[in-house]
Amino acid sequence: MKRLTVRKDAYYDSVFLMLAARGIKGMKGVREAVVAMATAMNVELLVELGFNKAELKALSPNDMAVAIEADDEAALEAATQEAFDALTRKKAAAAGAGLVKTGSMAAALKLDEDANVAIISVPGAYAAREARKALTAGLHVMLFSDNVSLEDEIALKKLALSKGLLMMGPDCGTAIINGKPLCFANVVRRGSVGIVAASGTGLQEVSCLIDRYGAGVSQAIGTGGRDLKNAAVGGMTSILAIKALSADPATTVLAVVAKPPAPDVAAKLIQALKDSGKPSVAHFLGMAPRPDEGNVAFAQDLEEAALLAARFAGGDPSPASARANILDDSGNDRYNRPRPQAIQALASTEAASMAPGQRYLRGLYTGGTLADEALFLAQRALGGVYSNNHTDSAWLMADPKLSVGHAIVDLGDDVFTAGKPHPMIDPAARAERIAQEGRDPQTAVILMDLVIGYGSHPDPAGACVQAIREARAAAEARGGYLPVIASVTGTAADPQGYAGQVAKLEAEGVIVMPSNYRAALLAIEIIKHRSGGNR
Amino acid sequence: MNADKVLKLFSGELRAVNEGLESFAENLIQEGGKAIHVEWRPPAGGDAKAIAALDALSAGCSVDVEAANAEAVRRILASKPTVVGIGIAADVVPGMAKDLILHAGPPVRWENMCGPLRGAVIGGILYEGLAATAAEAEALAASGKIRFDPCHHHNAVGPMAGVMTSSMPVWIVENKAFGNRAYCTLNEGLGKVLRYGAYSAEVIERLRWMASELAPILSEALALRGELDMKTIIAQVLQMGDEGHNRNRAGTSIVIRELAPHIVLLDRPKAQLSKALAFLNANDHFFLNLTMPSAKCTVDAAAGIEGSCIITTMARNGTEFGIRLSGLPGRWFTGPSGVVDGLYLPGFGPNDAARDIGDSVITETSGIGGFAMAAAPAIVKFVGGSPKDAIDVTLRMYEITAAENDAYQIPALDFRGTPTAIDVRKVVETGILPAINTGIAHKEPGIGMVGAGLVKPPENAFRDALIAFAEKYAQ
Repeated sequence: MKRLTVRKDAYYDSVFLMLAARGIKGMKGVREAVVAMATAMNVELLVELGFNKAELKALSPNDMAVAIEADDEAALEAATQEAFDALTRKKAAAAGAGLVKTGSMAAALKLDEDANVAIISVPGAYAAREARKALTAGLHVMLFSDNVSLEDEIALKKLALSKGLLMMGPDCGTAIINGKPLCFANVVRRGSVGIVAASGTGLQEVSCLIDRYGAGVSQAIGTGGRDLKNAAVGGMTSILAIKALSADPATTVLAVVAKPPAPDVAAKLIQALKDSGKPSVAHFLGMAPRPDEGNVAFAQDLEEAALLAARFAGGDPSPASARANILDDSGNDRYNRPRPQAIQALASTEAASMAPGQRYLRGLYTGGTLADEALFLAQRALGGVYSNNHTDSAWLMADPKLSVGHAIVDLGDDVFTAGKPHPMIDPAARAERIAQEGRDPQTAVILMDLVIGYGSHPDPAGACVQAIREARAAAEARGGYLPVIASVTGTAADPQGYAGQVAKLEAEGVIVMPSNYRAALLAIEIIKHRSGGNR
Repeated sequence: MNADKVLKLFSGELRAVNEGLESFAENLIQEGGKAIHVEWRPPAGGDAKAIAALDALSAGCSVDVEAANAEAVRRILASKPTVVGIGIAADVVPGMAKDLILHAGPPVRWENMCGPLRGAVIGGILYEGLAATAAEAEALAASGKIRFDPCHHHNAVGPMAGVMTSSMPVWIVENKAFGNRAYCTLNEGLGKVLRYGAYSAEVIERLRWMASELAPILSEALALRGELDMKTIIAQVLQMGDEGHNRNRAGTSIVIRELAPHIVLLDRPKAQLSKALAFLNANDHFFLNLTMPSAKCTVDAAAGIEGSCIITTMARNGTEFGIRLSGLPGRWFTGPSGVVDGLYLPGFGPNDAARDIGDSVITETSGIGGFAMAAAPAIVKFVGGSPKDAIDVTLRMYEITAAENDAYQIPALDFRGTPTAIDVRKVVETGILPAINTGIAHKEPGIGMVGAGLVKPPENAFRDALIAFAEKYAQ
């Protein structure tokens, strides 16, 4: 059936009319729709389409015609209504979020001639090219992208060095420049600690703990994982960063967090810290204890690194005085080192109701460095811990997707992230893994991290509570009890909020420890305390 | 090791350029930082050969490409297109001959021509009296006895099919700064017209009237009026809501205003003069056939500069889209003609559309048309609906051009000059393709215009041109 509706003396631009017609043609039950001014040509067309000739012939080119052919009355009515609505509809005010966008780096630099940092997160195959463009244009670079070749990294860092520019990355996930968090970073109080870190979550953990200890961060510079570890890269970025922080009047304390550097590079790095004359702390993950040297303190874990830095920032002039002021007898106090008795007491309570078959520690991590820290601690205390991050191939997990024995799993590993978002962004995979471990009667304790801040999921605690509930219920159904130990890397000022995340976990009976280090200690202690001991 | 620049970063304000994940820029802004986000795409769409060509060109060239491009820009901006008169193609168009039919776009053989172009060729043959029927004309076109050549090879341009034959009247536009000329037929109006491939009796009859009556009237009036400075007029129409390609209402109005006082003085029957004026008035796009040769003689002045990678031609024949670079004279780089993303006139839809066709993209090549979209709020529906969308289109074109026009300005952009002189390196590097406004022809010859919209040129034409340019000039 057909309907012709006319609005006399109503001029609309033909383009608006065509657009209206296009919208109507897609409606259900509409066979034909013409929305047009009644010009001689259009009238002829409408007559051909079978609309009322007499009525059409009476129209003038200043009249607007809506001609609809549809399956039923309802469709006719809806389409006609839509035609008039479309012509009068006010376009919603353009959502002006305020983010200026361009199609090229060149155009962006034209728009802001004072731009000084390029944040690059394009696919690895193109990343070096983009970074080179930015360096050539005189920008410091934060290269988030990974899968950049070693050759490209060396060439980029040489270029950066020749221009006096910071080349953070490749594979640099975290930095805080002038108090602004870049990529995956937390909203940390500004202060006097300058951090140089070859690890993203290591930097996040240390900077958040420094914040919690009441100190603050002047600058936090990521370098990418190979900067210190690989002798050929030779710490080019780290050394420049330390030189700059040494000269920076706002920085009074230096902190370095990295995996063990290549020997020559370590020597250079420590020399640069000494040359700075500023109280410094260095933490090389998993390295054997090392005595302090002059102004440089060597920390054993991320927590200690943060604590020493905070003490320095608070006025302790030397490693000796900082250590003297760190008390270890004040219990599970987040401002001091943990007291073994306090951890043991917590562990024995948690272990009391476990079933005999519950044997193994299962660490489920989203942060790679946090997983490493737990692995080193567990390996040292328990021995025989499997991990997909293990450097000893004998203890590499045969299938990272299935825990056997004690296991510390880095869920940010390529095995898990191929074609999927990183678990810090989308915690669904970890939630599933928590439930999976809960179904394994041999699981004795679940150890986990929770990294908040920019870049991370808006509510990582909320995303795993259901799985935690299921896992604990499953253990209880088997006559056991499943302790879940966690730490939250974050600050009160982070978009997710530290306290809210902690509360969500605690509501599920999770024990939230003040640092990853302490969470790992407690989990290990529970294994030691589990009924029957660690046979 | 000098840490001064790092210290300067620490002591100043962080101002970031973000390339990749947009949220990194949003987060910075949320924390009160400054960031511009680059909507990054792989350079050259990830084409390794084209990326290598880009890198080779930035590593070093045998000539100073920047200087060559600056010269091309200088010539484009200095050009002064001026309508000097109307002539008969055979008399004024270089190389024009009775057996030659010029067409739009890059070279194409009869067997590869699209529907509208074939129709226009048939019409051209009938108009020239070389055949008596359409069937005869078709046979003649296929016989090899008729030569085909792009308008662009004869200092000419033609809208849509762009067919020009020897006895047609043509506008003569001279670039007063450099002395070169360009030619274009007179616009026939809308509906069943030759440029859309129509060749029925009424089409041929109208063409004959245009040659015998309209052209002489316009020519005589122009002689009384004196030459028309097109640069000034185009500058004006951009401030009156035209963008110089898809909207020509202001331009056509100006031409009528300029000529009417002189037309009425002609010693001809009033009915003839009235008919001529009514014809102009009924056809919004009359002005397009003046803009096109103006743009053509403007960019032609910048053609053939050793080492320049400015695009001096873009054109489509309905089968292929082609470009030419200033520094690679005589070479076409082509890809398949695109499907126009458009809005349709009542009674028509995408299934009726021919592929992209016509030389009118010379307007964009010279820095107007789609590049000046922000000047034409009346037709913003083609680009998304709001004036902001149109402004975004124009702003994006600054990223692939070498200059801002000093004569053609856009009121909505605070009278910023239009983006002018397309640098093929920038097109390939950014993947931002020229924004081209266009009409849509019916795919069957002779039905006419069915809509209008925006068309995406084939990316490979730009990549191929860049690769060839690097082969010649990169060291």
